[in-house]
Amino acid sequence: MEYKLDFRTYSDALKKNKLLGLKCNDCGTFTCPPKMTCQECAGTDLEIVELSGNGEIVTFTQTFVAPQGRECEAPYTIVMVELDEGPWTMGNLIDIAPDKINMELIGRKVRLGHKVFPGDTYSDGEAARPLFSFQI
Amino acid sequence: MRRVAVVGTGHTRFMFNSPKTEVEMLAEASMDAINASHLKPKDIRAIFTGNVLGDFSEGQGMVQSYLANDIGCFNIPASKFEGACASATMAIRDAYMWVASGFYDIVLVGGTEKATAMGTPLATRTFAMFGDSRYEYPAGFTFPAFFAMEAHLYSKKYNVPLERLKEQMALVSVQSHHYGMKNPHAQFHKEITVDKVLSGFMVTSPLQLLDCCPFSDGAAAVVLASEDVAKRLTDKPVYIAGVGQASSGKMSSQYKYLPRLRARELAVKQAYEMAGLGPEDIDVCELHDCFSIASIIAVEGLGFAEFGKGGELWEKGETKTGGKIPVNISGGLKAKGHPIGATGASQLHEITRQLRGELVDEGRQVAGAKVGLVDTLGGDGVIVNLILKTD
Ligand SMILES: [Zn+2]
Repeated sequence: MEYKLDFRTYSDALKKNKLLGLKCNDCGTFTCPPKMTCQECAGTDLEIVELSGNGEIVTFTQTFVAPQGRECEAPYTIVMVELDEGPWTMGNLIDIAPDKINMELIGRKVRLGHKVFPGDTYSDGEAARPLFSFQI
Repeated sequence: MRRVAVVGTGHTRFMFNSPKTEVEMLAEASMDAINASHLKPKDIRAIFTGNVLGDFSEGQGMVQSYLANDIGCFNIPASKFEGACASATMAIRDAYMWVASGFYDIVLVGGTEKATAMGTPLATRTFAMFGDSRYEYPAGFTFPAFFAMEAHLYSKKYNVPLERLKEQMALVSVQSHHYGMKNPHAQFHKEITVDKVLSGFMVTSPLQLLDCCPFSDGAAAVVLASEDVAKRLTDKPVYIAGVGQASSGKMSSQYKYLPRLRARELAVKQAYEMAGLGPEDIDVCELHDCFSIASIIAVEGLGFAEFGKGGELWEKGETKTGGKIPVNISGGLKAKGHPIGATGASQLHEITRQLRGELVDEGRQVAGAKVGLVDTLGGDGVIVNLILKTD
């Protein structure tokens, strides 16, 4: 059985600022990041949908100790965003001063952009990830 | 299913920059376990090992076969289990099932790791491999970042102000260092204070240096045997009364359930039901304190505290010897150290010694301990629990 929406297709779309996910025709749940089956009911009757890319921050961290090869990115902020359609997705937060990163971030409305991680020795090529900024 | 017991155990010192190889460390711990069991290598029927990053740290894969040969367990089946930091506990659970089923009578289980050989940048990179590489690592997601995001979520969801939560977290690390002082195998032998934890450098907010366990080198091993064999070998068998294991997907896929970890709740339920016991029956617990917040989340998932109130156990001193539920009297991953492939075997070694009453001289015996619990977490996707008892 083939993936309805695989990583490469997801990443290529994200590079055009399109956040693709899956809508379950059995239970209506949206699954994003995509996977083989619905995150709630394990159903496989799924259709590819473009999500709004809007959501709110549910948690975050500001990382100072980066993995090998990514030291120049630190410090950076990782956010988990609950998308308007329901699923949670991880990305980075931009447009914020480092000293403003605190619990007040939780609940802030954000919108989607993207940035490409070019990959390193241990990753199979590049990968786009969501890059969130505040909704105006 | 037959009853299965721990017969003998072995444990190297946990440390930075071990001069030994992973196979050497595991061979030393294994021979100690075999000797403590009054056995010879030829008596071992199969080997189950945990080792995670040997390929990155010393260019060595497949340590299990070299271990078998090194200790003279020539040509026996030897298998390796990979579940990140829970690898050895996975190996123990599988070894338990092979003996319980009657397939083997006597087996060796152990784990080894030499993470400090990688240095912090590569170690941080490789530990990040236990998150989702395609959908989450691109954002710079590291393993500390998982628990850092859990901490902020916990504070928000349970309405525990971050300042108070940070103090509770600091108390977890302070207690671990206190008991680590008394454990000769521990990586750290120094007391720390809440102030010192709260003034450490920020690793990934809100986790500061002393909220995090170290990178470590070390090994631990145990011999398991069927009940009839174990009774011939030792007058203090420690029985595996219950086991449980569960998995989950990447952090975002666990969404609404977080900061609770469903895998732990399912795994420990299996173990409790199999043992016919509950959280109120546990006398001593070794749990997976890779980060201070992880301990608070763990005591809740294991049933020792209500959700949102785990930190109060440390505030009230209930996690010390003599408290309601003594936790990590070994010093835990934080002070004892966390050589990831070895950790589950180290936790089982510790609980075995507690239940045998062997820690009086070290000043950290839980008086009258009869039932113990092991809790090990691997990445964001594996949790294994073991329940041990003396009869
Ligand atoms: Zn569904």
